Amino acid sequence: MFKELLANEFVVPLTIGFVFGIMCRINLLRTDYRQYPTYPHGKIIHVSLGVIASALGALAVPALLKENYTAVTFLTVAAQQFRDVRNMERTTLTEIDKQELVPRGGPYIEGIAMVFEGRNYMVIFTSLVATTATILFNWWGGIIAGVIALLISRKLRSGKTLSLIAETSPAEVRVEGKDLYVGDIYIMNVGLEDAQNIIREHGVGFIVSPKDANAKVTIAHPGQRQAILHDVATQLGVYTDTGEPSLTPLVKRDLQSGRLGVFLLPQEKDAEHGKQVIDAVPILESVFRMPQKTKLAKKEL
Amino acid sequence: MTGTILAVITVNKERIAGGAPIFIESTHESMQQTAFTLEKILDAMVHEVSKDTLIIVRHK
Repeated sequence: MFKELLANEFVVPLTIGFVFGIMCRINLLRTDYRQYPTYPHGKIIHVSLGVIASALGALAVPALLKENYTAVTFLTVAAQQFRDVRNMERTTLTEIDKQELVPRGGPYIEGIAMVFEGRNYMVIFTSLVATTATILFNWWGGIIAGVIALLISRKLRSGKTLSLIAETSPAEVRVEGKDLYVGDIYIMNVGLEDAQNIIREHGVGFIVSPKDANAKVTIAHPGQRQAILHDVATQLGVYTDTGEPSLTPLVKRDLQSGRLGVFLLPQEKDAEHGKQVIDAVPILESVFRMPQKTKLAKKEL
Repeated sequence: MTGTILAVITVNKERIAGGAPIFIESTHESMQQTAFTLEKILDAMVHEVSKDTLIIVRHK
């Protein structure tokens, strides 16, 4: 039985492709401070889908070599399947977001959902490369190609962070009567004296200055600003509750310079830590703009 | 962001009229107290329009 199995010329390539595909998914599946995907069931879902993806990727080339051309249509089924993954993640996160003290915001959710879909394609790519290389160069070729594909997918794993495009510096939170300022940027009108006192005591402010014209447009996006607020709230906690609308962390923009005034109410009041968190906020893919790439805007915006 | 004025609290009733419920208070302290209570009840934010008038606004 075992001998028969090994007699099939494609057993080794398929196994190598399959194993590398799964390794790729596990490598890319990491739960950090965002606690997403959730453990254990969220992880089980994504590892299972990763197994399916790597099987599909591994099968494609052997199927073609067996002159089973219709088998390639399976890949389109796969694409459909993984688009559903994106939908599923989007629906779940949007539901959760409704109950969040500081919501993630639509663009952040889209970003996360997109990552889940994209990573399944990375798995297909890895197992496809590993299988093909095994067929072409024997098992060691497959392993080398597999490792290279793993390294590529690892490189594509993390996106850019805010510190690349903007400078963050701590600023003073000022409550002047009803007016709330961070540095020189006006944030909002707080009418309740009780809320004014809490803000005086617990408020922390930062100024985020864009490094160039591209950055100015990118950080102006409300989705990106909401992502900053959410990330800080998950990592530093938030001094608010439901039914406390006056205690809302907020980011406002200085229209003249494009700087952001970030007003936060963290549970722990630590400016240095806050700066690190803001620096590490991911730049949302769907929000990233590059107006300087147009021929028209060679001049400074 | 669209806001709706849910209530108006004032110590200067001559200057206030309109569709939202109006609470007339005698002192600034009681105005603040009423605003505090209403904020918690309505889950909406208190804004100061002028020294004598607060409004309760629901954002979104």
